Formats: sequence, structure tokens, C-alpha cells
Amino acid sequence: MLSPVLCSDLAALEPEYTEADVISTVEFNQTGEFLATGDKGGRVVIFQREPQGEYNVYSTFQSHEPEFDYLKSLEIEEKINKIRWLPPHNPAHFLLTTNDKTVKLWKVSERDKRAEGYNLRDEEGRLKDLSTITTLQVPVLRPMDLLVEASPRRVFANAHAYHINSISVNSDCETYLSADDLRINLWHLNITDRSFNIVDLKPENMEDLSEVITVAEFHPHHCHLLAFSSSTGTTRLCDMRARALCDQHAKLFEEAVDPSRRSFFSEIVSSVSDVKFSHSGRYLLTRDYLTVKVWDLNMENKPLETYQVHDYLRTKLCSLYESDCIFDKFECAWNGTDSVIMTGAYNNYFRMFDRASLRDVTLEASREVCKRRAVLQPRRVCVGKKRKETDVSVDSLDFRKKILHTAWHPKENIIAIAASNNLYIFQDRMAPNGHHNTPEIQSAPPK
Amino acid sequence: MAGAEGDDSLYPIAVLIDELRNEDVQLRLNSIKKLSTIALALGVERTRTELLPFLTDTIYDEDEVLLALAEQLGSFTVLVGGPEFVHNLLPPLESLATVEETVVRDKAVESLRKISQEHSPVDLEVHFVPLVKRLASGDWFTSRTSACGLFSVCYPRVSSTVKAEIRQHFRTLCSDDTPMVRRAAASKLGEFAKVLELDYVKSDIIPLFTALASDEQDSVRLLAVEAGVSIATLLPQEDLEALVMPTLRQAAEDKSWRVRYMVADKFSELQKAVGPEITKTDLVPAFQNLLKDCEAEVRAAAANKVKVFCENLPEDSRETIIMTHILPCVKELVSDTNQHVKSALASVIMGLSTILGKDNTVEHLLPLFLVQLKDECPEVRLNIISNLDCVNEVIGIRQLSQSLLPAIVELAEDAKWRVRLAIIEYMPLLAGQLGVEFFDEKLNSLCMAWLIDHVFAIREAATCNLMKLVEKFGAEWAQNTIVPKVLGMANDSNYLHRMTTLFCINALSGVCGQEITTKHMLPVVLKMSTDQVANVRFNVARCLQKIGPVLDSSALQAEVKPVLEKLATDQDMDVKYFALEAISVLSLCSSKLCMLVQFTHSSSQTSPHEPSQCDRIGIGTCLLQHAICFS
Repeated sequence: MLSPVLCSDLAALEPEYTEADVISTVEFNQTGEFLATGDKGGRVVIFQREPQGEYNVYSTFQSHEPEFDYLKSLEIEEKINKIRWLPPHNPAHFLLTTNDKTVKLWKVSERDKRAEGYNLRDEEGRLKDLSTITTLQVPVLRPMDLLVEASPRRVFANAHAYHINSISVNSDCETYLSADDLRINLWHLNITDRSFNIVDLKPENMEDLSEVITVAEFHPHHCHLLAFSSSTGTTRLCDMRARALCDQHAKLFEEAVDPSRRSFFSEIVSSVSDVKFSHSGRYLLTRDYLTVKVWDLNMENKPLETYQVHDYLRTKLCSLYESDCIFDKFECAWNGTDSVIMTGAYNNYFRMFDRASLRDVTLEASREVCKRRAVLQPRRVCVGKKRKETDVSVDSLDFRKKILHTAWHPKENIIAIAASNNLYIFQDRMAPNGHHNTPEIQSAPPK
Repeated sequence: MAGAEGDDSLYPIAVLIDELRNEDVQLRLNSIKKLSTIALALGVERTRTELLPFLTDTIYDEDEVLLALAEQLGSFTVLVGGPEFVHNLLPPLESLATVEETVVRDKAVESLRKISQEHSPVDLEVHFVPLVKRLASGDWFTSRTSACGLFSVCYPRVSSTVKAEIRQHFRTLCSDDTPMVRRAAASKLGEFAKVLELDYVKSDIIPLFTALASDEQDSVRLLAVEAGVSIATLLPQEDLEALVMPTLRQAAEDKSWRVRYMVADKFSELQKAVGPEITKTDLVPAFQNLLKDCEAEVRAAAANKVKVFCENLPEDSRETIIMTHILPCVKELVSDTNQHVKSALASVIMGLSTILGKDNTVEHLLPLFLVQLKDECPEVRLNIISNLDCVNEVIGIRQLSQSLLPAIVELAEDAKWRVRLAIIEYMPLLAGQLGVEFFDEKLNSLCMAWLIDHVFAIREAATCNLMKLVEKFGAEWAQNTIVPKVLGMANDSNYLHRMTTLFCINALSGVCGQEITTKHMLPVVLKMSTDQVANVRFNVARCLQKIGPVLDSSALQAEVKPVLEKLATDQDMDVKYFALEAISVLSLCSSKLCMLVQFTHSSSQTSPHEPSQCDRIGIGTCLLQHAICFS
């Protein structure tokens, strides 16, 4: 089914990777030709897909630096929380990156010409003898090796008192939202000194605080719709046409919890860690700790489909709580046709669910598979006794190896999986246009 | 020899050209701003063949450089050889019209529009129109948005076949895939309609307008409102009802508040465009709905238009419409839940009194004014007070004075210094309308209290206010009421208050005249020259410099000069500096001092820390103000 296209280990030279190398977000652009990753060190790496299908590093730049807020005595980490690509404007590429406090707009552009010819100096920079200058020389442009440069275009700062968890570009292509734990702000892409607060959950008294915003996203086609979800397991849909302030939602998606199954962990595991609109705009995909759910925008009271990601952990919540793993924020993704769902799990496993056939599969992103360029084999986690040699017992799962960030190519069956400092890109061997992409084409890239 | 001469004249240009590529943005920017000098030196031929091709490819640069370049090229026609060569400017402007930065693109379009007028009709079709078409069918939306602004400038000057093509291109852009392009087309629709033949307005523009006004994106629909207003002005009255009104009615009831806001915001233009009959039948109910809208932003925008809308109602039925339809809505807005709505209303409601006349104002509007004067939000009260003059003309301000006074006193003591500052600025106006007796009795003490406010900006505004009051009430009034109090502060234990005396004297000496200044103010100033605080002493010097021209020469020579000479030997360098400056400005110097003055002057021009010296009080107050802003 899936075979690796690229396994990029960003710190392969060092035996032990550093914390700064851990990938914190993965995002394809609108065409899928580019893939951007952000890491805890504030770096952004952009990969470009070559005609043969493999993804190679296109540009790397430092997006955010560690900072210190002197007024609040607070350190601001450089970790990239989210990356979002803007719809294409011109030959250059634009992307928004954010850490906890500041959103930046970056332009990544190519340059293949260089100006030559000075009047007063020669090309090495030595001053010419003035008496030899008898005519004026206008510089001329000559071709040069392709240079990709990233330049910061805008810095949207000072609008968030809490940590930014999401950014999302509106389909009107001129505004975007940024959401922190309690508020959602609306920005114009050309205006950095002003943003409008559209959702504010901050209670007058912070002791009354009962929920925080975990993620927010704009509808892919309707510029007035946005969804945001909260730590209480609800997802709200807001209509910006109705009011300037969207504190009152248009729809609330929430599944009633069976009171008999309530426990200390119920609320923690129901906290929504990711929300994605389907490409069609009809459905919402939400991920909580144990499940992914598909919601129809027209049905608020229960999800259309619920898929168990790792139900075998239900009995282990206590130890997961102790190790803080229960607070891990897993992302989820749709494939290009909204027929398959993907989300991450522990032990470097990730899960895929086919919505039509209801078949699901557990796959592993590992460097061994990459080295062999073999086809990924399904894995099975068993609760009791092993039935097959390849089965893995729940107790032997490595909870430090987790796949939080995943992305699906907007059109093709290519997926990007971030596992700590490794980025894996897998591709369906049978490309959608019918011709085979043999894994042998790939020169093993870990570099 | 000739070569050496050549070097001399070439050198500055050579530097400019080299700096087009300097690493420092500022230097590149300087060079681009002197592009005409470079072009002049190169001559028209080389400008066309070398400079412009180079500039065409420099679109990698910083925005500000590109912006300057786009602007320069708009007035470059002469430098490329006049109108017959103007098309040489198209390639660089074309590439600038596709960059991602909106301001640069807009400037490039502006320059293209400008030089389009310099094209001959033939050149326009051969060079300019193809460029517009290229932009309009470009791959990137940046180029297509730029194209939208270029149709209207070439349309009137091309043949009918080309006209048809242009219309077709515009139609295509109106249904472009990206909302950015549809927005650009919607915003240029009105302008394009203006240059089209009326038949085409009806057959082409109206369907486009209707389509854009029902676009799925709010951001496109709201721009169609403005286009609708422009189109309405072009159509004969009998066509309006059928062609434009259904769409506009729909916009006024749009599901999205942003679209309704736009209708409210453009309401007076709309009213003018559709004429009195449609106003009566359609706009009045629409306006009522906007005033009652569920979104506060819309209500505020509509409230802002209340006065203009009422003013422009057809005269025959104006009063009835206002009394039966508008006023009931206005009454509700007075107690709106949103303070922006109330303050928007307060800024225009007073204007209704001139329209409705004395009796209606007393009976219907006065109660509303009184409610607003007691509003909890200071901005509402301020807006009422700032427009008192409108009411004054109709019913006289006395009717209001009973409620006015508590409102003013409360604002004068507001905890926010910006509110206090705002009310101070209306004091001269109020004083003029309330009369001197009322002022002395009720407001004088407030004006004096502001002089010892703890915020510098308030004290400063208070001194300026005193000056304006004296201008209104005359020097004699000043001598009896203000001057003694101001001079009394000279003995205050707080040096900031002592300085306020000096600032007041600075402001008042001119309006009070020579006699009061010499007799009453000057002695106090001179006495303060021995103050123990250096800040006070150098302000004495500045003050003397300021009031010097008001004094006669005997007082200057006998009283001012010795004091300034003494201050000029002060141990504090700032005091010395300002004393010497005053001596020089007042031309009091003996020859020895003169040199000193010149010396300090020339050194002060080069010394970088000079401004900070005289502003050292300024910094303190700034910090204080900031502290208050944040508190």
C-alpha cells in the first residue's frame, strides 16, 4: 500500500538529537508541490517535490528566535506551533508561521539573476582609478545559480495574552485568524498593527474558567464560517455574518457522554486536540485522545462516524496521566477526496481509516522500513496473548515515540509523518494517475 | 583636461547608479528617488535601452524601493523621449503590477493610468491594451487584480472592436475564481460603468453588478454596494427601480452584517444617487431597519448618518418623515446597550435641531440631549458638549445649562486624563456660548484646577485654554480673574506649579498686552530668576525671551537685561544656554556676550545632546503620561 519516499532525519549526524530538532508541525501547500515543517528550534524547512516524485530540501530558514517578555517576566519559546500556506499570489510562496505569541508572514522566492557592473569599483570591490571613468555604466543582469531566499514580510505581534495554538487563512484570501487559549483574533494580511477579537472566552474572574480553546479553523469555502473546539470536547461553528463578535455560536457539536462511563479522566480524554474541515466543506473531523470523529455540519447532536484510534489505552489512562501523555495533542488529516482519515498514535504508529469500507490499518513509521524502501506492513497491537509473531503487546508500546503531526497531500496519496526529529513521507505505490512509482527511484535521503 | 572635467560631472551620477545596488536599503531608496537625475545624465536613448531593462528585472527589492520606483516611472515620459516613446515604460510597470505587495501594485497601476493618457490612440491599442490583456489573463491573481484598475482609462480612447474585447475581459474578471480578483473588479465596477455607453451599462454592467452583489463571499458583496451607488447615478430615474433597486434592497437586508454596514456607511451617497422619490418609498424604511439592526456596528454606522440623511430628505415631507419615522428610532438609540452606538448618535444628534426648528427641538430633542448628557460613557457626553453650537443657534444654550454643568464638572474630574483633555478643548467654545458671568460663577475654578493637574498634557492644555479665554473675554477680565491666581502659583512649594506660572505667562502675555505684562507679570518672572530649581530658572530665561517683544525697550534694558546677564553666568549649563539664547534673540547683548552667544549657537547645532537638554522636563512628563495611560 504505502512505501517511503523520504525519511529525513534532520539531525542524523549527531547520535542523540537535541530537543530543538523535534518537528512541531507539518503542512503541505495548496498544490502539494511543497511541504513545510517547523521545529522546536524555530526553524522552518521547506521540501519541494521533484518531477520524479521525491521531496528534497528547497529552503531552510530561522522563523522565530527565543525571546523574553520583560513586562511579564516570561520566556517566549521559539517553537513553531503552526504553519499555514497562503494561496499562491505570484511565483513566490508565502506562508504564515507562529510560535506562542507572534505570527509571521514569510516569502520564499527564487532569484536566478544577478546585477553586474559598477562605475566606481570593479567586480571584486576594488575602487577604480577615477581618471579611467569616462562613461557611465548601467548595471546589467546576468544569470546565476538559482538562489532561494526567505524573507519576513510581516510580523503580527502583541495581540495574544495566551499561547497561540492555531492559525487559519480565510477563503477570502485577505484575512486569517489566530487563536490562543481564550481568544480568537481576526487579522488582515496587510495590516500588522490591528486585529479584531472575534471570540473571547475569558471569564471576568479567572477562577470561573471552565474551558479553553484548543484549536480553530476557517471553513475552506465559506469565508464567514469558522470552527473552534475546546477542552470540554465541544466544537463550535461560528457565523461571522451574524455578528461582529462570535461569542455566540451558530452550532455546537457535542456528543452526550454516557453517565455510567464517566470517570476522572472523561473530560481530559474528550478534549479536542485537532479539528479539520473536509475538503468539500461538508464535514468536520475532530480528534480527541482516544478517537477521531467525523461530524456532518448539519447534525450537531452526534458524530456521523467514530473511529477508535487506540482503545486499548482506556485501561491505562492512570499511568498515561502520571506521565502527562494523556495531554498529548494528536493531529488528524483527511485525504484529498475525504474518503480516508489519518491520525497518529504511540510507538511511532499511525492509523488510517477508510470511511467507505470501514477498514482500518495501523502502520509504523520507522527508519528500518525507510532504509529497505519496503512497503509498509500493517501492525497489530494486542491486549492479551500474541496471536501472531509480529503482534505487539500493549505493555511494550513506547509512549515516548509518538506521532503527533501528520499531513496528507491535497490531491495524491502522499502522506507526511513527523516522529520526533524524523520526517517520513510515504507514497502509494500505485500513483493515482496509474503509473508505478517504484521505491527504487529514491536515493535514501537520510542526511 | 576634458577627461578630468568629464570625471567631475560624471562622478555624482556614477555614485547614484552604483547605489542602485547598494546593500543599504536607504541608499538604494535615495538613488531610486533620484532616478530622473540618472536618466537625464544617461540621455533618452540609454535610458530606454539600458536603464529601463535593468529596472524591469529589479523586482526583487524591498517594498519601499519598489514603491518609489513605481511612483517615479509615472512621471518618466519626458526622460524616455516624450509621448512617442512612452510605451518603453510599460515593461517595468508591468512587472511591478504583479508583485505581491498591494501598495506597490496600486502605485504601479496609478502610474500606468497616468502614462496611459500620454499614449497616442494608436500606441494605446498597439502597446497599452495588450499589456492590460496580458495582466487580465495572467496566471497570478496579483496581475489580474491590477488589470481591473486599467480598463476604465483605455476604454474611452479605443476602437469599438477593442472596446468589445475590453468589456469581455472585465466580465471574465468579475467571475474570476479567486475572491481577490472579484473584489478588485467589484471595486472598479462603478468607475468602469462611468466610461461605458449607457446601453452597455444596462446590458453589461447591471448583470455583473447583480452577480457580484450576490457573490458567495461577503467581502465581494460589500464592495458591490459602493458600485451600486455609482451605477445608480448613471442611470435615468425610470430605470433605477427595475435595474438597481432590487439588488440594493437585498443588500440592505443581507445576511452578513458587514454588507449591511456598508449600506449604512454609504447611505448618504445612496440617497443622493436614487433621488427623492425612491428615498421616500424605499430608503426611509431601510434606514429605520438599519437603525434597529441587531449588530451594533451597523447601528453605529447608521446613527452616524442620521443628520445627513434627515438634511437631504425632500423638503416637502422632511419634517413628517423625521417626526414619524426617524425620531422614534433615534429615541431608542439614546438608550442603546452599546456605547459606540450612543456616542455615534451623540456626535450628530444635535444637528437635528437646526432641521426641526425651535419648538420641536424643545419638545422632542431636548429630553434626548439631557439623557445623553447624563450618559455613563464619557465619550457620549463629550460628543454632546462638542456640538453645543448647533443647539445654541436654535434654542440658546441656557435651556441646557442646568444639566450641562454637572456633566462638565464630572468630565473635568474624570479619572482618564484623555477625557479631561478633551473637555478642556471645548472650554473656550462653552465659555463663548454660556457668557462671562456664568463662566466666572461656575467654570472658572475648574479652569484653574487644571493648572495644577498631575498630568503635564492637562496643565499644558489648561494654559492654552486660558489664552483662548482671554481672547474671548478681554484683557480686563484677565487682569481681574485669572492673572492674580496664576501669579499666586509662583510661590507654590511645588516647582512644577511654579513652572506652570511661567508657561501661563508665556501664553498670556501676548493677549493681555504690554501694560499687564510689564506691571504684573514681569516682576514675578524676574523674582523667579533666583529660584533654587534650575528647571525654573531656565524657564525664566525662556519666558523672558518669549515676553520680551511685548515689553517696551526701557523695561527690557533696565529690568530684563540684568537678570538675563546674571542667568548667563549661572552654574547650570542649561540655564546659561537659554539665557544666552534669550539675550541674542532680544538683541540685548554687549559685544563680549555676543561672541559667547554665537559660540554656543554654533556648538549647539552640532551637539547631538542639545535637544535632550531642553527637553529634560519633557521626558519626565512623558513618562508620567505613559504611566497614567497604562494605569
